Amino acid sequence: MSTGAAGFLERYAGLIGQLPGDSALRAAAAAAFRASGLPGGTQQRRIEAWKYTSLRSVAEINFRRESAPHHEAETILAGLPLLDAPRVVFVDGALRADLSVMPATGFARFAEQPDFGTLSWPDREPMVALNTMLAADGAAFHVPPGHDGGVVQLVSVAAGDADCHPRHSIRLGKGAKLTLVEISGGQGTYLLNTVAEIHVAPGAHLTHVRLQDEAVTAFHVSTTYADVEAGGTYDSFTLNIGSRLSRTEVHAQLTGKGAIAHLNAAQILAGSQHADFTTVVGHAAPGCTSRQTVKNVLAGRSRGVFQGKIEVARDAQKTDGYQMNQALLLSPDAEVDSKPELEIFADDVKCSHGATVGELDAEQLFYLRSRGIPDAEARSTLVRAFLAEALDQVADNTIRGLLEAAVEQWWERQKA
Amino acid sequence: MLEIRGLTASINDKSILKGIDLVVPQGEVHALMGPNGSGKSTLGYVLSGREDYEVTAGTVTFNGVNLLDMEPEERAAAGVFLAFQAPVELPGVNNANFLRTALNALRRAHGEAELDAVQFLKLARAETKRLAMPDDMLKRNVNVGFSGGEKKRNEVLQMAILRPKLAILDETDSGLDIDALKVVADGVNALRGPDFSALVITHHQRLLDHLVPNRVHVLAHGRIVRSGGPELAKELEKSGYAGLLAEAA
Repeated sequence: MSTGAAGFLERYAGLIGQLPGDSALRAAAAAAFRASGLPGGTQQRRIEAWKYTSLRSVAEINFRRESAPHHEAETILAGLPLLDAPRVVFVDGALRADLSVMPATGFARFAEQPDFGTLSWPDREPMVALNTMLAADGAAFHVPPGHDGGVVQLVSVAAGDADCHPRHSIRLGKGAKLTLVEISGGQGTYLLNTVAEIHVAPGAHLTHVRLQDEAVTAFHVSTTYADVEAGGTYDSFTLNIGSRLSRTEVHAQLTGKGAIAHLNAAQILAGSQHADFTTVVGHAAPGCTSRQTVKNVLAGRSRGVFQGKIEVARDAQKTDGYQMNQALLLSPDAEVDSKPELEIFADDVKCSHGATVGELDAEQLFYLRSRGIPDAEARSTLVRAFLAEALDQVADNTIRGLLEAAVEQWWERQKA
Repeated sequence: MLEIRGLTASINDKSILKGIDLVVPQGEVHALMGPNGSGKSTLGYVLSGREDYEVTAGTVTFNGVNLLDMEPEERAAAGVFLAFQAPVELPGVNNANFLRTALNALRRAHGEAELDAVQFLKLARAETKRLAMPDDMLKRNVNVGFSGGEKKRNEVLQMAILRPKLAILDETDSGLDIDALKVVADGVNALRGPDFSALVITHHQRLLDHLVPNRVHVLAHGRIVRSGGPELAKELEKSGYAGLLAEAA
C-alpha cells in the first residue's frame, strides 16, 4: 500500500459507492486532490497558503497499518479536561454513542445525514479536497431560531493510529445561541483532518472554543468555514498545545451589516512541534468587526506560524479590522513566522495589524527575582502571565478554567 | 550590618560608582542623598544584584556574607529588599499571587512552611488595612494601571509582607502627596528594630521628617562626599549641593 497522496487516493478508489453523500462531489474532490497532492508533499508544487508549513512528514507515514498498535479510547478520554455538559465523542472519526452524553436536540451525524455544505473549496484547499473525498462521519448541530443551545462539547479521540476526516456542520438560526467546545486528543501516530462549516444567521451568537491537545507524534489539520450574517457573532478561541504538526485554518466571511468575528488563538509549543494558525477574514458587508489576537509561546526548536489575511470588499465601509500577533521565544532555536495581509477595496475603513517577537523581559524578570522568586519560577510566572492574557479573551469562566487546566498539564509535561 | 568597601561599578563600560565606602549598622536607618546622576539608583541595583551592572572592584557584605556572589533571589532570601524607583508592571500577574509566590519562596529558603491561599490572604489583608490601602490592590495585576502613588504604595506593601532585614528605598517618596508619604514612612517605621536596617534614597527633607535617619550620606560623582547626622539633610535643603560639590572637587 502506498503512502501520501497516492495512498489516500487508493483508499478512496476502494471505497467508491460505499461512502455516504454526494458521490459526484467526492469524485470532483478526488480529482482536485490528485492534482494538488499534499501541501509540501512529493509533488512539490508550492502553494502560497502553505508557505511555512509542509505536510511532507504526513506523506511518509502509512496510516491504517494492519499491525498498528491500539490505545484505550476510554483512557485517552479520561485524560482530557472536560466540562460537565453534553458531549458528542468521536473515536477515530466514528461516533461513539456509548462514550457520549448527547445533547437533547439538534444533533445529527454525517454518516446518516451527510451534509457537505456550501462554503468549502476542495479545488482550492488540498486538505479540504482530501476530507471531502474520504469523510465518513461527523457532527451536525442545528440550533433553531431564537433558541439557546447552551454548551455542547465535540470531542475527538484518536486511538487507532489512523487518518480520519471528520465533517462537521454547525447552523444557528436567527437570534440563536450556542457555545461549542471542541476538544481533541489521542495517542500514537495519526492524522486528524477536520472540515467544519458554520452558519451564523442574523443576530445569532456562536462561541467556539477549541482545545487541540493531540499526541506530540500526531498531525492535526482543521479547516473551518464560517459565514456570519447581519448582527451575528462568531467568537472563536483556539488553544493549540499538542501535535507534532498542526494547521488551523479559518475562513470567516462577514456577509451582513454589523457582523462580528473573533479569531483568537494561543499556541504553546516545545521540542520540535510546529503549529500554523492561518486565517482569512472577508469583510463583505459594511460596519463589520473582526478581531484576531494570536499569541505563541515557543520553547525548544518549535515553530509557530501565523498567517492572517483581511479582505475588505468595496462595499464594506466602516470596517473595523484588527490583528495582533505576539510571540514569546523561550529558546534561541525557536522560530516564529508571521504574515499579515490586508487587501482593502473600501475607502472608509479602520484596519490595523501588529506583531511583536521577544524574549522574556529582563526588567520584569529581575523584579520577580529581587523579591526572592528563583529564576526558573520567575520565568514560568512570566510565561504564564503572557498566556493568561491570551486566555482572558475567553469570557466564560468555566471554559477558561478548562483551558487553564490544559495549560497546567502542558506545563507539568515539560517538567517531566 | 551592611558594609560596602571600595565599591566600583559600571554599566556598558561607563563607570558609575567610583569607590563607595558605606556602613549601615544593624538597627539603623541611613539616608542617601545627592544630585541626579550621582549613582544612587545604581548603588541600589548593585546591592540587589541587577545583572546589567558590572562590579569592577570592592566588597559588599551583609551580616557577614558576601552579597556580590549571590543571585538576586539569594540576596532577597538573605533579607535584601529594593523598593524600585520605577516599579515594574507585570501584566497577567495577579498582585496577591505575586506576593504569595515571593513570600513562599522566601519561606522555603528559610526552611519554613509555605502559606496556602487562605493563610496568605489573611496576612495580606491585615497589611493592606494597616497601610490604609484598598483591598482591591491585591486583586489587580502587579502595578498595571496603577497611579504613580499606588505603585509606590505597592512597593511598601511588598516590603511589609516580605519583612526584609535591609530595605533600600529608591526615591519611594518622589511624586507622593503628604498622605502617601506618611504611608512610606510608616511602612519603614513599622519594621524598625534591632534586626532591620534601611538605606533611604531621597531628594527631600520632607520624608526624613517622618523617618528620622541615624545618618545622612551625600553621594556625588560616584563617591560619598559627606556624611553626617539628620541635620545634614536640613542643611542641604537650604543650601543645595553646589557648595558641597565645590568643596569636594
